[in-house]
Amino acid sequence: MNANVPVKVKAVSASVGVSQAMVSVFLRDVRVAFRQKQDLLNPLLFFTMVVTLFPLGVSPEVAFLKQSGAGILWVAALLSVLLSLDHLFRHDFDDGTLEQLMLQPQPLFLLVLAKTLAHWILTGLPLVLLTPVLGLMLHLDGNSVATLCLTLLIGTPVLSLIGSIGAALTLGLRSAGVLLSLLIIPLYIPVLIFGTGTVAAAAEGAQVSGYLALMGAFLVLALTLAPFASAAALRISLSNS
Amino acid sequence: MWQFFHKLGSPKWFFGIANRFMPWLLAGGLILLVAGLVWGLAFAPKDYLQGNSYRIIFIHVPSAFLAQSIYIMMASAAVVTLVWRMKLADVFVKSVAPVGLLFTFLALFTGAVWGKPTWGTWWVWDARLTSMLILLFLYGGVIALDRSINDEKSAARAVAVLVLVGVVNIPIIKYSVNWWNTLHQPATFKLTEKPAMAMEMWVPLLLSVLGLYLLFGWLACLRMKTEILVRERRTRWVKELVLAGRK
Amino acid sequence: MPEPLLQAVGLECERDERLLFQNLSFSILPGTVTRVEGPNGSGKTTLLRILAGLNDAWTGDLSWCGKPRDQHRESYLRNMLYLGHRPGIKPLLTPLENLRALMAGRRPLNDDALLQALSGTGLSGFEHVPCRNLSAGQQRRVALARLLIADEPLWLLDEVFTAIDASGVEAIESLLLQRAQEGGAVIVTTHHDLNLPDMGRITLGVGPSDEC
Repeated sequence: MNANVPVKVKAVSASVGVSQAMVSVFLRDVRVAFRQKQDLLNPLLFFTMVVTLFPLGVSPEVAFLKQSGAGILWVAALLSVLLSLDHLFRHDFDDGTLEQLMLQPQPLFLLVLAKTLAHWILTGLPLVLLTPVLGLMLHLDGNSVATLCLTLLIGTPVLSLIGSIGAALTLGLRSAGVLLSLLIIPLYIPVLIFGTGTVAAAAEGAQVSGYLALMGAFLVLALTLAPFASAAALRISLSNS
Repeated sequence: MWQFFHKLGSPKWFFGIANRFMPWLLAGGLILLVAGLVWGLAFAPKDYLQGNSYRIIFIHVPSAFLAQSIYIMMASAAVVTLVWRMKLADVFVKSVAPVGLLFTFLALFTGAVWGKPTWGTWWVWDARLTSMLILLFLYGGVIALDRSINDEKSAARAVAVLVLVGVVNIPIIKYSVNWWNTLHQPATFKLTEKPAMAMEMWVPLLLSVLGLYLLFGWLACLRMKTEILVRERRTRWVKELVLAGRK
Repeated sequence: MPEPLLQAVGLECERDERLLFQNLSFSILPGTVTRVEGPNGSGKTTLLRILAGLNDAWTGDLSWCGKPRDQHRESYLRNMLYLGHRPGIKPLLTPLENLRALMAGRRPLNDDALLQALSGTGLSGFEHVPCRNLSAGQQRRVALARLLIADEPLWLLDEVFTAIDASGVEAIESLLLQRAQEGGAVIVTTHHDLNLPDMGRITLGVGPSDEC
């Protein structure tokens, strides 16, 4: 290579722009996920199975399912996201790509945001797409299913974003999975309440745009704050390893 | 500036201050609390609706107050931990989290006991009680995370992040639980909404709240002192202190 | 004397209630190779992670080109290459994809340059094989390929010789020397018997031992 040419200290501007770095992180995560397709299917299978437990465990009566269907689907989706969060940073942590990510001359919170978005595309979005099928099995009417899908579409990214904080905090700890759930479930409650509440309001024929706007506000808040908290938590967890 | 904060956060300095204040906190707290409780339980007038059962508020309300303000105090300390890395702030958060959990539990328990004569059932999914239950979960998470991380400094910083995330969420949780409550059951009874309370009820309540705050201050100092002794057991001043105490 | 690239003054690190080092000061001048030495558990890896900026549980002062390092984090990261214990290679991706991802946030190169670097580490013919099908040594070579295309003046290398065969070791040694000659600086930890001319040393684990 370029022998005896003195290596110089470079200005930061000599590195690539942050948007390009984010795209690269995002694409890498998507590519890795598609090489391990089972990991993509697991949350969906889990989602379906949890939903199946309710008619079996409580009651298959149409009246019950109609009334509780939205709640069941929301809880099942929440648990599926929770289940998949453990992987968000763990593989990267184990193989050392996470430390290389943190050493990129880029703002860490934006790289974390890119990873979290990839997580949502790979787990949250498929759950939303599967929801209409399960909604029909729970005898929800078309209007409810549509509202439900909308609330999940706005709500699942919030779940991924808040969850990323928990995943970062518990990285490298014993029984991280259980601990992650303990830390994160209380923080999921508002999203769950408004997600199911919106569907209930729609079923009563109320105007739901206000509720959806409120959920949108949750999403904006999570988008602006969660990446900072996750990045801070990652620094702490990596310091400790 | 940094140096000043460093001194302020010095465990040894705190030890001296705590020793000076603790007797006052304990005495003041006990006097106020006993006065408040005796007045409230024995002398305050009966409630015209609930009879004597309302008297549990003299324990319930102070506990609920403390349960919430301890979390806020922990969040303030968490900011100090993250920004200035002050040891004392770490010690504070770690020491008072279980106390916060205890008061939250006490508030829930007394709420349930109060619920039995008032609603005829131990538990009602009332907005206040549900928010308290979630607060209990938040405290539980903080304690669980703290215990799962071996390294003291990492644990303190991780917990600080979690507490701050929690404190941002508390108003959102409260708001959404209130909304959920109105959605599912029209407000019939509310734990806090009482027809204008008589002065004879207010004063003892205020006394017991103040008393419990002072007692919390005493308990926090005590727990922090213990935690500091454990953490600083290798330093010279702790060794000297322990040796001096033995003589 | 040229300005040191990296300067540490009074570093102290305590981990799990054990004091790893205290009052550690050194300067890394351009044109040098420095080896961090010490018995197992003396904090070699921790020191390298502190220098890289991955571990921030330390006290003291670290300056980069005369300025406080933590206030010039991005500039520092842009000019520092860290290879850790864990190679930073995704088993599901091919060497080429891995290298591309590692370079993407710093200095994207075209595939030709990356392929050339891979063949330079003896991975010709494996460029498109998923890394989980490669041996441990080959996986490490993927990470090491970055040294062939690195423009960062400061290298922090933690146990880079692990799982590398004799000819590979020789090649890496000459790369380290070359970087020093070009005016860069290298800090390494290794169990391998590394002995380069004019090698600096930072020795850990000789300070006050644990008191009970």
